[in-house]
Formats: sequence, C-alpha cells, structure tokens
Amino acid sequence: MVRKSTLFFAFLTTVVLALGLALGEARLRVRGELPYLRQEVMVVKTLQLTDLCLATEARHTRHPSQADWHSAFQSHPAALDHFPSGSIIPPPENVRRGYGPQAP
Amino acid sequence: MIELSQVRKVFHAGRPNEHVAVAGVSLTLEAGRLTVFRGPSGSGKTTLLSLIGCMTRPTSGRIFLQGREITSLPLPFLTDLRRRTFGFIFQQFHLLAKVSVLENVMLPAYPLGESYSALKSRALSWLERLGLAAKAAAKVEWLSGGEAQRVAIARALINGPQVLIADEPTAHLDSHLSQEFMALMADFKTAGTTILIASHDPLVHEAVAVDRVVDLRDGRLVSPESRIC
Amino acid sequence: MARRLHKQRYLLDFALSSLWRRKGKNLALLGVYSLLVFVLASVLFFTQALKREAALVLAASPELIVQKLAAGRHDLIPAAYAERLREIRGVSRVSGRLWGYYYDARVRANYTVMAPEEVAVPEQAVLVGAGIARGRHLSRGSTLTFQGYDGTPRAFQVRGVLSPESELLTADLVLMAAADVRRLFGLAEGLYTDLTVAVNNPREVATVAAKIQELLPDTRPILRDEIRRTYEAAFDWRAGILLSVFSGALLAFLIFAWDKAAGLSAEERREIGILKAMGWETGEVLQLKFWEGAVVSLTAFFMGTLAAYLHVFVAAAPLLAPVLQGWSVLYPRFRLTPFIGLFEVAILFFFTVVPYTAATIVPTWRAAGLEPDQVMRS
Repeated sequence: MVRKSTLFFAFLTTVVLALGLALGEARLRVRGELPYLRQEVMVVKTLQLTDLCLATEARHTRHPSQADWHSAFQSHPAALDHFPSGSIIPPPENVRRGYGPQAP
Repeated sequence: MIELSQVRKVFHAGRPNEHVAVAGVSLTLEAGRLTVFRGPSGSGKTTLLSLIGCMTRPTSGRIFLQGREITSLPLPFLTDLRRRTFGFIFQQFHLLAKVSVLENVMLPAYPLGESYSALKSRALSWLERLGLAAKAAAKVEWLSGGEAQRVAIARALINGPQVLIADEPTAHLDSHLSQEFMALMADFKTAGTTILIASHDPLVHEAVAVDRVVDLRDGRLVSPESRIC
Repeated sequence: MARRLHKQRYLLDFALSSLWRRKGKNLALLGVYSLLVFVLASVLFFTQALKREAALVLAASPELIVQKLAAGRHDLIPAAYAERLREIRGVSRVSGRLWGYYYDARVRANYTVMAPEEVAVPEQAVLVGAGIARGRHLSRGSTLTFQGYDGTPRAFQVRGVLSPESELLTADLVLMAAADVRRLFGLAEGLYTDLTVAVNNPREVATVAAKIQELLPDTRPILRDEIRRTYEAAFDWRAGILLSVFSGALLAFLIFAWDKAAGLSAEERREIGILKAMGWETGEVLQLKFWEGAVVSLTAFFMGTLAAYLHVFVAAAPLLAPVLQGWSVLYPRFRLTPFIGLFEVAILFFFTVVPYTAATIVPTWRAAGLEPDQVMRS
C-alpha cells in the first residue's frame, strides 16, 4: 500500500515540472520569435503604424491611441467603447448593414 | 501510582445549569491493577476517568501521577504526558469512518512523528495479536461490533501506554464478546498495564481479573473499599 | 528535525485521507476552484502577453503624431502645417500620413486603408492584410472592388498579401498608392490625415509637443508614450470587464468555499473531537486543516495554471480572444508570444492559494479548541 503523501508528492513533482517546462518553453519561444518580433518592429517603422489590430469595428477601438476625445460616442459598428454602456448595447441593424447603397 | 486528593469537577460553574460531576474524591490507584468504577449513569465515573486521563482539569483538588503533581502542568506538557501514558477506549468506539483500520490504529501516534515503517509494523503486530491482521486495509464501517472494539483497543495501545482507560467498554457488546474483552484486559494486566474501567455491567465487575471495584454515586465514593482481592 | 518531518508527512497523509472521505464534495470544489484559477490565469497570461508585445513593437511607432481637430473631432490636416512644423527647432523630419477607414458591408468589416510612404504600391493595385485576404478569399492576382466616395466602383488588383506573421498589426490593412487613396475618399491634394514628426533628441519630444500646441492651437500632438499608456489602460479595462462578468462566479465560489470551510459539519466536529481525545493538540488539528487547504489549493493552482498556459499559448486563447479583442468583425489570427515568467506565476499563486488555505484554517480554530473530554461526555 503506497502512502497517500507519496502519491501527492509524485503528483506535485509532476505538475511543478510541467509548469517549469511550460515556463522554459515560454522562454525558448520568446527567443524563437524574436525574428518575427523584429519583423513586426520593421512593419511598424516602415508603415508608421501606431496601433495593434485587435478590434476593427470602430475607429477608437482600431486605433485607440489616435482616437479623438469624442469618438467613443460616435463610432460604430458594434463598438466596444470606453464606457460600460457601449459594451452592452448593440448598434442598430441599419448601422451594421452600412450606410451607403447595398453592396451586391 | 495515581493519587487523587479532594478532586472536584464542576461544569458550567456559576450558571443556572451548574452541575457538580465529581464532588471531592480522594483515591489511590496502584500500578498494574485492574480497577472498575461502578455506579449509575451520572454518578461521575466518566468524568473521573477523564480527570485521571488528563483530558480535563479538576475544578479543585490535585492529581498525582507517579508522585508528580499533574494538575498544574502547562497544557503542552499535559498533552504530551497524556499521549505517552494513557490509552483510551470509548463507549462508542469513536473510530473514524471511511478510513482504513490501519490508519485508525496509527492515528494517536501521528503527532509523535516516529518513522513510518516502525509505526506501521507496530500497528500491524497489534492488529495481528487482536486477530485483525486480515482487516488492516478494510474501512471501519465494514467491521462487526466486536471487531470495531478490538480496533479501538489496538488504537489505545499504539503508543504503549502504562494505563488503559475504558469507558463502558461492553455497552455495545453481547455477553460472549464482553467476556472476551475482559479476558483481553486480564492479559494486559498480566503484562503490567494498569487498567481503569468505568462500567455498570455485572459481567465486568464480576470478572476474575478485577482487583478492585470503586463505587460512585452523585460524584462521591460510596464506601471506602467495596472489595479487595 | 526528522521527527518534525515525519509528523508533517503523517498529517499530510491524514489530510489526504480526510479529503478522500468526502470525495464527491471535495472533487466538485476542486473542479470549480481549478476553473477559477484557469480563467484568472488565462486573463493574466493573455493580457500580459499582449501588453508586452504592444510595448515592444509599438516602441518603433512615430515619436510624435500631429492631428488637426475641428469642433472636437479629428480633421484632415493641410500640408502647410507641415511647413510650419519643420521650422521648430529640434524637428528633423515631418511627413504626412494618408489613411482612413473603409467599411465593407459584404463581410461587415472595417478596413484600414493606407498609403505607405516607404513602400511603393503601383496605382490601381493593393497589398492586403492577411485578415482581409481570409475574409474575402483573396490571393495575389485577385481583384478587389471598393466603392468610392462618389459611388463609383473602383477595382484594384491584389499585388500581394501582407505576411501573416505581422497580423497582430496588419490584419485589416489595405495599402494603396497615395493618388488612389485620394481618389477613393475624395481627398483634395494638399491634405493629409495626420502628420508624423521625428525629433533629433528624444528628450526634447515633450518640449517640441508644447511648441506645436503653441504654434498651431487647433492641433493635438500624440506622443509615443501616450500610445504605450493607451495600451496598458485598454487591456486593464477590458480584462476588467471580463473579470466583472466573472466575479459572479467568483462570488459563488467564495460562498461555496466558505460553506465548505466555515460550516464545519457535525461529522467534522466529531472527528476533531476524536483527534483531540486521541491526544492531538489544537495546533496539530490546525496543521491538519492547513494541509487539507494546501492540498486542494495547490492542486487547483497547478491544474488551472497549466490549463491556462495550454489555452492561451498553445491553443491561442480561443475562449478569451473574442472578448478581450472586442467584438471585431474581422478577427486577426495571431500567435501570442508567451511573455510570462515566474513573476506572473507568483502573483497568481499569491492570489489563489494563499486566501483559500487561510480561509480553511480560520473557521477550524474554534472547533480545534474543543476540550478533549467532550468525546467522553457525548
């Protein structure tokens, strides 16, 4: 009969090692991705970019650093803005469809 | 070996439900003897045993163990003394359910921190002597009443106590098992263990091995000595 | 020393036995607890990775951007402003950026249309970001039609797709020649979206910005440092939304844990009574409860953290990305660089393991102080 504490220590050793491996892998991956990061830096430099492309639905979410002071009230569609209400209330359907003549 | 001098124990002192459980008992108990405390329920047997076993402190009076006054010992010393000197067998057995027999037996020794192999082999040898070797890995709720009590006995013996204290040990046993229990106690007495039993079961105080019966009523000794063999 | 170790090991043994005795309840607790750690760790890892990458990559963005404001809104800036900026001492270079947004109702997505200064794109041709290429099924040689400001459709030939490696920055970009951008949006010659300013001495950026505001009061300079701060704030806020939604679950867990830990059942009280009667001290009972809490919380911590690592850095955060990225119509698909280390893990450990373990010991305090003879009396 194996002692329960032995089993627990075995489990603990396994998960600590696994977490250690994960952190080790994280370091290796950061190193491995340096060329890509350098490439990203080059893209930012040559295109003079200012923002990450995370949310494209409104200009103050696509380019948060460039937004003017009032834009959070105005932009759309499906804006996630800096005010809680905007995260909850969806935009009207006609706004989502687009303003101009309908595309084919 | 154990000496009680004017020991009193009052529960809920100063409150409306104040209750005097032990009202001034003076008594000397010799080593290596089997003593039975007899009396109706509420006579103070159990309280007297817990006082002797250092489970609780007397309200007044003093208790000496091998000439040493233990009533005023600080709690850690008292606990240490208790677990090395006394083994307890309870009326309800008080085994831990869903835990193996072996673990139940080893439980009182855990705080002492001896090596696992030594403790385990000692526990197994006790279980073997009590005819429970095959049940070591079983859970306690699968045991019969007699087996459960023998587990409780093994547990009481695990730290090698000089004094074995049993409170109404035969309350849940039939006559045959009760006689078996007393035979076991007789064996331990022969091995040199002091045995204190609280019981109102005639099978217990009429057993051959009993050296002395102390009668209690309302927390007092009824007569100085009922019977000395 | 050996005795102490032996003793703690016995206590751990018994704590595991105790937990296993109520395995249904404890496994449920462990499951909920692990899930909680998983969500917290996922949010932490994800935002941390994005923040670090943003900080690293956007350090190369223009030092200073000048926008013109009209009635509180971003307005086009005349080329003449660039001339005035060049006169400021310390400014080494001023260039106009030409960019804007195009809403493509077909895929219900916004594109960022841009005329790059340093990349030559022939007229009537575009380079598109990988996100657009995916959304519109484009490849080199396809044709992409935009509707101009005047309603006339304008066709562009796709000259290439931007590298997917830089998708975190370029997923929605459409690069075209400056003349095409002007024709598409109807922008007059001599107007730019905004101006970028390069400064000789990085320490003078703030001074230059102040001068710009003095010289051109209807403009707004944006410092690179402000970009960085925007990102730190944005992720905190978004992570905050997620956590506030999640706090309901957190509360439920706390109640559950409290009930489990505080409301010691009659059975548990009885056990503590037995242990005390067997000669255990109050301190030893508390140590036992400490081990019980530690076993549950350590297990939950490691399971949750490992699962979060796999979720965020191996599976690219499928559960979190849509929330934290905003309800994008055009989802950028990017690899996350695992910028995490012991520090993040330690924070997580501190906020998950420590409170629970403490919470399991505290309520035991009273029960652990039971008189040992209570068992005899019951």
